[in-house]
Amino acid sequence: MLNTIWFAIWGLLWAVYFMLDGFDFGAGILHPFVAKNDTERRMVINTLGPVWDGNEVWLVTAGGVTFAAFPTTYAYMFSYLYTPLFFILFSLILRGVSFEFRGKIHSQSWAKFWDFIIFVFSFVPALLFGVAFGNIFEGLPMDAAGYHGTLFSLLNPYGLLTGVLFVLLFIEHGALWLSIKASGNVAERSKAIASKIWILLLIVAVLFLVYTKFATSLYDNYFSNPVWFIVPALAVASLLSIRFFIKTSSYVKAFFASCLTILSIVFTGIVGLYPNLIPSSIDKAYSLTAFNSASGPYTLKLMLIVAVIFVPIVIAYQIWTYKVFSKPITEEDIHDKEVESY
Amino acid sequence: MDAVLLSRIQFAMTALFHFIFVPLTLGLVILVAIMETLYVVKNDEIYLRMTKFFGKLFLINFALGLVTGLTLEFQFGMNWARYSKFVGDIFGPPLAIEATVAFFLESTFLGVWIFGWKKLSKKMHVISIWLVAFGTNISALWILIANAWMQHPVGYVIKNGKAEIVNFLTVATQPFAILEFVHTITAAYVLGAFFVMGVSAYHLLKKNETELFKKAFSIAAKFAVFASLAVFITGDLHAAEVAKTQPTKLAAMESVWETQKAAPMYLFVVPDPKHEKNSVELLGIPKMLSILAYHDPNATVKGLKDFPKNDRPPVMATFVSFRTMVALGTLFIVLAFLAYFYAKKNSLLDKKWFLKLMLFAIPLPYLAIELGWVVAEVGRQPWIVYGLMRTADATSTAVTVQQIVMSLIGFVALYGTLGIIDIYLLIKYAKQGPEPKTAESGGY
Repeated sequence: MLNTIWFAIWGLLWAVYFMLDGFDFGAGILHPFVAKNDTERRMVINTLGPVWDGNEVWLVTAGGVTFAAFPTTYAYMFSYLYTPLFFILFSLILRGVSFEFRGKIHSQSWAKFWDFIIFVFSFVPALLFGVAFGNIFEGLPMDAAGYHGTLFSLLNPYGLLTGVLFVLLFIEHGALWLSIKASGNVAERSKAIASKIWILLLIVAVLFLVYTKFATSLYDNYFSNPVWFIVPALAVASLLSIRFFIKTSSYVKAFFASCLTILSIVFTGIVGLYPNLIPSSIDKAYSLTAFNSASGPYTLKLMLIVAVIFVPIVIAYQIWTYKVFSKPITEEDIHDKEVESY
Repeated sequence: MDAVLLSRIQFAMTALFHFIFVPLTLGLVILVAIMETLYVVKNDEIYLRMTKFFGKLFLINFALGLVTGLTLEFQFGMNWARYSKFVGDIFGPPLAIEATVAFFLESTFLGVWIFGWKKLSKKMHVISIWLVAFGTNISALWILIANAWMQHPVGYVIKNGKAEIVNFLTVATQPFAILEFVHTITAAYVLGAFFVMGVSAYHLLKKNETELFKKAFSIAAKFAVFASLAVFITGDLHAAEVAKTQPTKLAAMESVWETQKAAPMYLFVVPDPKHEKNSVELLGIPKMLSILAYHDPNATVKGLKDFPKNDRPPVMATFVSFRTMVALGTLFIVLAFLAYFYAKKNSLLDKKWFLKLMLFAIPLPYLAIELGWVVAEVGRQPWIVYGLMRTADATSTAVTVQQIVMSLIGFVALYGTLGIIDIYLLIKYAKQGPEPKTAESGGY
């Protein structure tokens, strides 16, 4: 039971991380397209300013919890996926400092350089997280002798499709974020993109759900216990409702629908994986599961107590933060010396 | 080069780099919080401008501390998979707790603090920076609890070839962890205080905003007196704990080869590890080492020769780092007291030599702190978990030498570039001084 609870928390942490950093990545990818001058770009970056590092801590927590609750998975996952993880780290580091560095020297070319960095290194981790999770859904080639994959074996069609799905999910998510958090032209362009990308996202999402049947054994759990089909059904329903809310210009609702879409798509994978954290694609006996890769019951219990007490507190003050900064950023804000901006 | 050596170089490089930025974060945030509190209490704009000026330097520094921390967390799994598998049960929880209890707090409220000047009441705003300060300090506590377990493993059993926790309280409250934490954190306070004094000294030398910088200098000087004494006292206690728990490290720190009772301490020593002796030992103080290490003049200090060769840490690096750190620590006390007295007598502006000295002293606490880590980590070798697991047995088997070389080159290039930009920005904004009075609430 403890192991199953931790499996669920593990999935939830990754899902929440993607839901939160997802719009950061999306806004970062979109900013060259929705912001045409320096003021508009700063507007985009300032919508992220107060929240992006709080969002990124969910990744640190997801990593930390993988380490604490499933050390064997942590050890294998991170050493097997060494090279993609290195690129992710590299990207997150550059992207993180770019927000801080961009406005610190007043020069056009300096700002442009960091804009480019923000664009590229928002795209790269979005894609690579998708590729990594696609490969986890498929299973990694591991047996008694260890790991048999390479960087290129990770770039298989299903892995890449999942990567593209993540990128599109995040772009949609980021576009909706900017629709409600930016103003003026930036918000208008973001709304237009949200509407256009949605169709592409729908096609790729359907393709993903179908391809998953052939590339992975995720659906086994669903057929043996059909009640779980509610999760992918929720994914489809929330994805469709994004469209509905865009049509009715309810962008806040559309954004929440997009949050739900990301959560339910990640959970479609997580439910299908159970009890595996990383299945072996060549020898099921070597799959890493919530049972054979977990810490002892003492650690799991201890960590559960910490999580039950502190995670609600964290969620409470993070929601408070979003409320404090709920007003859209305007051009006047950017030029107002009284208001902090990047 | 083999994977073990490369992984060690990579870990040392990324950890030392991370630790250029983190101590300033830890120390400076408290000073910035004090400055803002003074603003709220005294309602004097000069403290607001001071807060914003040092706050900006704090932020430039914070960004790199934050992002380089990511690398450290993931590196355990990437490069040290066998270690992670072996100790995850016991080493993972402090890291996970750190993220949940502390890291969220500091990152979330830092965002609130930066962007909340107009959105929050003065009180809520100053509470935000104190929450950041509290978060960063608690962060350090959990990381050092994890590190202390590698130095002195307690509260575990070995089951199925893995270390399993039996008592978390023992792990979290063992003296080694507490002393390591207090010593590290007070060292960071010294760094923060010297940073503020150094930057203030620069502006006082230029006669720029003398009112503001005299006040800032004085706040930092008081803090420095407290911190430099605390770091010295906790250093002594910490070394005594090391003597008890890591005798090989202590012997390397002092370059002691022969086991001896009532061991003297030589002020000047040149180790000769090749011949397992010291080629020079001068100015001995009788019984001093026994007193320092065990707080007992007749205690026996074990020499390196009493340990098998393959259990001994590299002597030269440990010894030189330790000696230099202690010398610097002593210097900081002297400088802190001088700073305190000159600030109190309001004679800073007449003491140009001293202001110059304080300006050039900025790098010294950095050096002392990095050397402290060398003592702690190199001195622990050849063990990754002291007495329990060897560093050589801890690496990832699935990672190839080429992969590590690639990532190492990547990190060196990335960190090198970002480090240069960051230090350039720190210097640029430190030199620029606070925003002029007319735009006192100016944006970041």
